[in-house]
This record gives sequence, C-alpha cells and structure tokens, in this order.
Amino acid sequence: MPFWTFFGLQKGNATTSWPKSDEPTGQEGMLGMPRFRPELCGSECNACASICPTQAITVEKSKSGEDRLRVDYGRCVVCQLCVEACPSEAAFRSSDWAFGTRERGDLVLGEHADVAAGRQHERVAPDGFRRSLHIRHVDAGSCNGCESELQALNNPFYNLHRLGIFFTPSPRFADLLLVTGPVTYAMHEPLRSAYAAMPGPRWVMAVGTCAVSGGIASGGYACGNGLEGVLPVEVYLPGCPPNPAAIMEALLMFLGRVPPRIRGGRFAD
Amino acid sequence: MNDVAAHPMPGLATLIEPEELPMVVTEVVRSGGRMQFAYAWYPDPGQLELRYIATGAAKEGHRVWRCLPTSGVPSVATISPLLGWYEREITDLFGITFSNHPEPQRLVLHEGARPIVPPFDPSYPTATPIRYEPADGGLPEIASEDVQRLPFGPIRADVVESVELIFLYLGEHILYFHPQLFFKHRGMEKRFEGRSLEAGTVLAERVSGVGSFCHALAFCQAVEQAAHCTVPVRARMLRSLLAELERLYNHLHYLGHLAHTTTLKVGEAEGKLLEERAKQINVKLTGSRFLRSLLVPGGLRRDLDLQDWLSADLESLRAETAVYVNMLENTNSHLDRLITTGVLPRDIAFDQGATGPIQRASGFDRDLRRDHPYAAYGDLPLVVPVKASGDAHARQQVRIAEIDNSIALIQRILLLLREGPIRTECIALPLSEGLGWVEGPRGSLFYAVHIARNGTLARVKIKSPSLSNWRVFPFTVHNSNMMDYAINEASFGLTVAGCDR
Repeated sequence: MPFWTFFGLQKGNATTSWPKSDEPTGQEGMLGMPRFRPELCGSECNACASICPTQAITVEKSKSGEDRLRVDYGRCVVCQLCVEACPSEAAFRSSDWAFGTRERGDLVLGEHADVAAGRQHERVAPDGFRRSLHIRHVDAGSCNGCESELQALNNPFYNLHRLGIFFTPSPRFADLLLVTGPVTYAMHEPLRSAYAAMPGPRWVMAVGTCAVSGGIASGGYACGNGLEGVLPVEVYLPGCPPNPAAIMEALLMFLGRVPPRIRGGRFAD
Repeated sequence: MNDVAAHPMPGLATLIEPEELPMVVTEVVRSGGRMQFAYAWYPDPGQLELRYIATGAAKEGHRVWRCLPTSGVPSVATISPLLGWYEREITDLFGITFSNHPEPQRLVLHEGARPIVPPFDPSYPTATPIRYEPADGGLPEIASEDVQRLPFGPIRADVVESVELIFLYLGEHILYFHPQLFFKHRGMEKRFEGRSLEAGTVLAERVSGVGSFCHALAFCQAVEQAAHCTVPVRARMLRSLLAELERLYNHLHYLGHLAHTTTLKVGEAEGKLLEERAKQINVKLTGSRFLRSLLVPGGLRRDLDLQDWLSADLESLRAETAVYVNMLENTNSHLDRLITTGVLPRDIAFDQGATGPIQRASGFDRDLRRDHPYAAYGDLPLVVPVKASGDAHARQQVRIAEIDNSIALIQRILLLLREGPIRTECIALPLSEGLGWVEGPRGSLFYAVHIARNGTLARVKIKSPSLSNWRVFPFTVHNSNMMDYAINEASFGLTVAGCDR
C-alpha cells in the first residue's frame, strides 16, 4: 500500500489551473456548435435546415418576404451535418463549446436576441453561494454521455473540488439540481420528488441538449422535451455532450465568477 | 422445414412456422451456437413479422429466421433465457404474447404504463407520451418478517445512471436481487423510423454515449449490407482504429471505477486520469471526445490527419498504463476484494447470454472481431484474452489484456495505413435489409436495419451488450453479500443507457 502514496506524490499535480490562468482546457481540437453567416445564405436554400436531425435550424419568411435563418442552439446536437451540407460558407465549424446561459432565448440566433440579452443582465448570481455550491445530479434518461463528462469533473485533470463545487448524494443538502436526459415518462416522478426534497433557495440546471429541449430523443412515446414544462430552469447548457470544461464554465457563470458568453445565439470570444 | 443452413445475408431469412421455433432454437443451443436476439417489425402496416437471429458455434455466418405470428407463438425462454427478455420486449411494444412464458411480467415498459395501443403499432399517435401511474411488480413474495427489502434508486448516490436496485436481504446476506431497469427507456428504436441514413447515424451515436462509435459502426455496417456497398480500405482501417480508441477509454475508466469501489483512492485517480488522457487523444484526433460525427454509411465523413503525435502519445499512454496495472495487480487489498467475488460460472454465462469481457472471463473464447471480422479486423492480428475463474478479478484481467491489445492494434494500423478514398456512395435499395455487428468494449452489438419503400429507415433493432450482461448479472448477486455488491457491479462494467435504449 505505501507505494500508492509514493506513486501519487511522484506523479505531482495533474490539475489544470484553467480558468484562473491560460493553461489548457483539455478540449483543444474540439468541434463545437456550428457558426452561421446568414448574409452568405443563397436564396431559396434550405440545405442546413432539411438535414438537421433535431430541427434546430429553420428557414422562415420574414415580414418583408425574405428568407430568415433561425438557429436554436438549445436543440443542436453538434453533429456537424449542417456544416457539411452548406453549399456556401454560411455555416462553418467552430470551437464554441462553452454554451452555458441563464436565458433560454439567448440560445436562439435570429430572433428577439436583444430582449433575451436584456433579461440576462437582470439575472443576479445567487447570493452567498459564490464560493460553495452543492449539486445533486439526476439522470432523467440520458445516453450516459453527459454522465461520463460529469464523472470526469472529479478526475485529477479538472478536479472540480478546487473551485468549491461539490456533488452531494442527498437532495436535502443540494443547492442546485443538475439534470441530464430528455425526461422519460418513468423518470418524471423521481425527478420531481428530488426537486421537492430540496430546501430553498434551490436552482435547476439543464445539462446537455436533451435536458434543454429533448434533443434527438424527444417526440416519441417515452420522452418529453427535456425540462420544458417540468421544472423551472436557471441555467441552460446545450451540448452533446457538453465537455467537462463547458460544465465548469457554466457553473462558474451561474455563480457570477465568469461573465456569460452567449448573447442572442452568438458566442463572444 | 427447419432449414438451419447458414445464410450470410439476412435477406435470405428462413421462413418457419411459429410452432417450429422451439426446435430451431434447441438445435442452435445444442450445437454450441448462440441465439443473439429477436425482434418484431411491420413489413406492411397490417402485417407483423418476428425475426430470430443466431450466431453459429464456429465461424459460420449469422442465421436469421422469420415467422408470422398468425397463431399462438410459443416462448423459447426456457431454452434460451436471453430471448425471454426480447419476447417480453415484443409483448410490451408490439402487443404479441408468447405462450408458456416463464416470466410474463412487463420488461421494457414499467408496470403501470398505459399506452393507448402498443407503442410500435402503426396507429400509435406520434409524439404522445404514454400514460403512467407507477405500480409494483415482478418481485417474489416475502414470507418471513426477518427478510428486509431495500429499494435503492432510481436516483442513487454519486453521479451515476438511473436504475432501481432492489435487495431482499438478511443481515449482510443478499437472498434475492432485482435490478429494475428501463427507467431510462427513451424509445430510441422507434425514433429511427422515417429518418434518413445520415440522421440514423447521428441517432445511433446517441443510443449509448460511451459506445457512440461502435453503435454508429454497427448501424452503418447494417446499411452497407442492405446497399451491397463495399467500404474503401482506408475507411475500414480508420474504423478499426477508432473502435479501438473507444475500447481504450472505456477500459481505462473501468479500472479507475473498480479501484474506486475497492477504496483505492490513488488507483482511482490514476485510472480516471488515464481515461481523461485517452479522451483528450480522441478530441485532438477527431474533434469529439466520444468519436462522434465521423461515421456515415459508405465510409467516413472526413479523413483524419494522422500525424506522428498519435503514435507517440499512445506509446506514452501504454507505458503509463503498464505501470498502473502492474501496481493494481500487486495490491493485496485490491485483489482480496476481487478474487472469488461475483463468480459467474461458465454454464450460466452461456445459458443467459453473457457477452464481451464478461463471457471471456468465464472461459468463452469468443470475439466478433476475430470470429466474424468486419472493418479491417480480417487483416489484423488479434489476441483474445480468456480467463476461466469467472470472478471480478478475471474480469479485470481480461480488460487489462484488452487495453494492451487495443494499443497494439492501433499502432499496427498506423503502420499499415495508406492514402486512399474514405467514402463511397451508399444508397440502400427500397425494401432491402441488413445486419451489422461489432464487438464493442462491453461485448457483441448488433443492428438490424430495414429500409422503407422511399429509402428511409423503416425499422432499426438494436441488440446491445449491456442488455445481455444485465440479464446475467443478478445470478452473481443472489446469495452474495452486501459488502461485495458495489465491487461486483463495477467489475461487470455495465451501462444502463445501452440496455434501456
């Protein structure tokens, strides 16, 4: 047994100091949500919208009769099919993976963006929880991708504890309910019970596109549309799945420790 | 009648009468073959058909039988217990009952779920969630007051998947164990219906997150069989490479998680750090930590730029893993908790349909990569590790050996790779069908795909390895003790999402 202690000491510190410094996030090379330049769209082109498997992209007629591109990143599963289908360079790859926001409307490109951005400013970080937050996770029917990344948060590379954020076994000790999955019919009641068991003040975070909107599983006989109409959501983090750094950044954004990045469906570098 | 000749193409599925089923299944099992799965589908809105798929004992092809449930269909659950679960699934989702089923309870749908008509019936209204009032069911009656019932879940401590574990126990001794699965049933197979082949691939990647690549690969191979499409060599090589990268991060996670259950803290941290390193290799190479957005029927969506760093990074990962597993294998406190824990005898592993590292740890020398090669495995040397003892330690040892083999395979592929096309046109013919199989990190994975008249997907059936292994797992828990449970569960390396779909 003593050799494990020695081994651990010998290995040294494996943890990134991100986001405090510019050290690597561990996500170098990741393909994030696609970006769009609607001004480059060809007329009558519907290529991205017709291939999108979750109907995240739609082309609507505006009042003046022009085609208008609308992208709901809350439905995006980051499959990159739209980028490959686009005949011009209107849709292109990006590394925008940190897509956490307090405002659902901010995930939509091409629609009442200013309204949502205005509301986002009104959101204040929860008072007294800035440096210590306890999370209860509930899997409401995910594919296990989100769980895999949530479990990674406590590996030595990310080491979530260093930020004062902890997972707790009991909803009684939890401040934040972190939900993954599209909310299946059988997980609906257990999820609501877990929320009911939490003391106030309490908040809900939707992690992954399934929890935000139902994602690719919604619309069938067994799933709803994520947390829509189930619980009041304070933080939205679409992604399929969001990587551990994205989850960390969304949590810190909620606590007011990093500024929000998403405004009207656009990612601020 | 029972024509059991090998049919490489399921399009040549043998038509039999329902009453012939027990004989056909008995024949397969007696010859050392294995019934893999069964499913139902609607070739036409008014007509229902049952399919049964088996793998021969040696390197024969897969066999497929079909039958029309015109009269009563006899259950074959007593001959092939794993098929008993598929029969219950068909009952829940299609409304066909099987006569003399030994476990006639609900399986995929929970007791208390009340769909208007069975969810796969063509008249089921779209986007209508089923009505549900939770109800108990499926547990043995408790006669003695001394026996305690512990329901644990579906929301459990830690960041884990939802499943309810029900223990009937006396002190430390577990008398009976029942995992209540399918809380996470998303109806994924139904979600494929009417979709394009590209969208189907995206969906297959999201059936089981940590099996994204293998699920999509099995799906693509099934479509390619339906389309008589030959994938270019470079794409096949890269597919094998990526499938091994998936095995690598899964098995490293497995070791870290197993060390967590034996409370070996530094061992857990190191295992999970190595898993993180493997996932970071994935993202650097493919843009996705789960190797998503690459596969498409016909090859790959884009070529990979394989530079020297990959070989070097893998070599350093291999060297660090070698030190790590050597320490695990020499830590008595860890081994004491694994040896003789959760023994899965060879006969039960066979009868219940255990698959992957679980069956190989119970003495079965089976691996689809070698026995029924796909992608580039036919051209690659493959060592299949087998252990006889069937305990948690054997399951750890099999996975340790597979990590080493996976890295060796990837290095070999990097040497053999040549430039070339990575995609060919793949258009599935109307009303065609195909079967795809993959040996995933958790075992044998099958996709059966039927193409509709308009070229979209008519029916996609998934046989996931976790369903088979969840089926056999309780046999190692009955009559064991509470202290060993978490270790035993971790040693199986199960996912719930793959099982529940």
